[in-house]
Amino acid sequence: MNVALAKTDTKTDTSRALGEAFANVRERLPGTGAVAEARQRALEAFERQGLPHRRVEDWKYTDLRTAMREVLPLAAAPDEAAASRAAAILKSAAVKGARQLVLVDGVYAPQLSNLGKLEKGLAVRTLRDALETGGEAVRNQLLPPKQSADPMVALNTAMMTDGVVIEISEGAELAQAIQIIHIASGASPAAMFTRSLLRVGNKAKVTLIESFVAAEGAKSYQAHDALVVSVGSHARLDHVRLMEDARDAFNISTAFVTVGAHAHFNTFNLTAGGQLSRYQAFVTFGGEHARVETNGVNLLNGTQHGDTTLFLDHAVPNGASREVFRAVLDDRGHSVFQGRIIVRPDAQKTDAKMMTRALLLSDEAEADNKPELEIFADDVTCGHGATTGALDQSLLFYLRARGLPEKEAQALLIEAFVGEAIESIVDDDLRDIAVGAARRWLAARG
Amino acid sequence: MNALLEVKNLQVRVEEREILHGLTLTVNPGEVHAIMGPNGSGKSTLSHVIAGKAGYEVTGGEVLYKGEDLLEMDPNERAAKGVFLAFQYPVEIPGVATMNFLHTALNAQRKARGEKEILTPDFLKKVREVAKSLNIPQDMLKRGVNVGFSGGEKKRNEILQMALFEPALCILDEMDSGLDIDALRVAADGVNALRSKDRAMVVITHYQRLLNYIVPDFVHVMSKGRVVKSGGKELALELEKSGYAQFDDAA
Repeated sequence: MNVALAKTDTKTDTSRALGEAFANVRERLPGTGAVAEARQRALEAFERQGLPHRRVEDWKYTDLRTAMREVLPLAAAPDEAAASRAAAILKSAAVKGARQLVLVDGVYAPQLSNLGKLEKGLAVRTLRDALETGGEAVRNQLLPPKQSADPMVALNTAMMTDGVVIEISEGAELAQAIQIIHIASGASPAAMFTRSLLRVGNKAKVTLIESFVAAEGAKSYQAHDALVVSVGSHARLDHVRLMEDARDAFNISTAFVTVGAHAHFNTFNLTAGGQLSRYQAFVTFGGEHARVETNGVNLLNGTQHGDTTLFLDHAVPNGASREVFRAVLDDRGHSVFQGRIIVRPDAQKTDAKMMTRALLLSDEAEADNKPELEIFADDVTCGHGATTGALDQSLLFYLRARGLPEKEAQALLIEAFVGEAIESIVDDDLRDIAVGAARRWLAARG
Repeated sequence: MNALLEVKNLQVRVEEREILHGLTLTVNPGEVHAIMGPNGSGKSTLSHVIAGKAGYEVTGGEVLYKGEDLLEMDPNERAAKGVFLAFQYPVEIPGVATMNFLHTALNAQRKARGEKEILTPDFLKKVREVAKSLNIPQDMLKRGVNVGFSGGEKKRNEILQMALFEPALCILDEMDSGLDIDALRVAADGVNALRSKDRAMVVITHYQRLLNYIVPDFVHVMSKGRVVKSGGKELALELEKSGYAQFDDAA
């Protein structure tokens, strides 16, 4: 009796409503046959688990069952006013020199995107197109079965509407960075479910920037995104993700990355927007001698909740990984960092290090730092550390004695603190972009 | 003529302990005052209170700077108005590039005074000139503020800032601590180059040695939170011979 009760209990109003929402829109979602079946299975997987809550270990600090009370209808196509608001914000969000691929309210916007003069070795199409007309190979990449283990990924699989599918062929070294920009433009609250795919061929080289922004007037929306990446052997991917969503928005995003032999993956995530957000990255070493740097910064104030969860899977020998994470928290901001590194029994000579630090600017701010190392191989170099503290008063006084007002003195020290993560970005241009985003946050702080 | 700095009967507590018990000191533009005294006499407390460091409770007396109540001002306001403290132990600030720090600080001061910001080329030129005169190599300026600097380098960096910000009142807190004789000479030359009829200096030191290089107009002896004796530069030499013990009873 108790068991039966508990089982019913896992299905909250929210997840029930999500199921209904799916039933309402499934006819409009791209893909038939195998894709439609995968959606159905994913929805069932989601319904079995429901929204993750604090008793689910991986989601302990981000209880969606409490936080995500309301299910929002799937975003409608932007009207003219929304489209012009999106175009306006695009001006400031677009990184100069990069190729922009723009998703407005979860749907690819060709008029705002740049698909002209594609470099040799670069192919781009929409997720909708790939799901409707793509071959089995692409579909398999978009729907790897293991993804359904996480309920929010399952939900994304069930509902994914659009996104971009980018393929870089073997040996292609792209000079121009690619920027995927997610713009929320709707004046009424809505949900969007996007998924994108990036395949970096062997010996290829590319830079990917992801930006999440809100057009003026966008209201309490929910962005659900997934990015599936494969980095070929001897390939290189530089990746920066900037989440600057509206302050009343939800953003639940997942990245799946497989890194091939001798490949180099350098990634940086900055979370500064959103009322509640979770960025979870699952990075798997698929080949030996690969190098991965996953760095990140959470900059939160007000009542923002930002969760960065990284899972590094050293599945093969001779892999190297570095994680540098920083959180800066003001007011009642709440940052979660979970960094899990698993070193499988075969993964000898793994070299993995992780360091996370949180800076609290207010007595009411909260940081949960949870580094986790699970080592099953015996010949490895692994280490991790975590600290939480306030700004050093003696440094602040020194700066103020030199004429810097309190906020400016704090800003300089905060930038230095955040810089410890930003400096791990290898590419100079990307580093500047990250610094710019951190400065935007500091400037908005006043 | 208005005094630049007037400290009148200043009483200061740190936590529950009174450190300054009624200190009086008047400094006019162009003067160099030395404040000498044994450890624990309250010399550094005085410098911290003038610069505006938190944690000191003023329980009596006042500090006027150009006739204004200095104690009412934020530390950055004091700096913008021309008060400069050369720290005994300049802090290391990793991640904050020295040039960026200097430029930001200088412009913050100028902005507070309602002056135009200094542009990068003019700023760079100015820093280079000053750095050269103080024997500060360019690569030192490329590092984080004071990061990995030797004791002498840190003190030279303080004097570089003094030269750059052009304050009216300089408080030099134990500038000689940790310096060998050559480093001391370079630092003292830097300070002497900044002496002018409009600028006053208060040189706080435990040892007479520094005063061979920075020759003061006035010497004050502090003991147990008060100035117990004042005189000319010859007072420093007298102290060198007889020590501070003679003042223990006077306090």
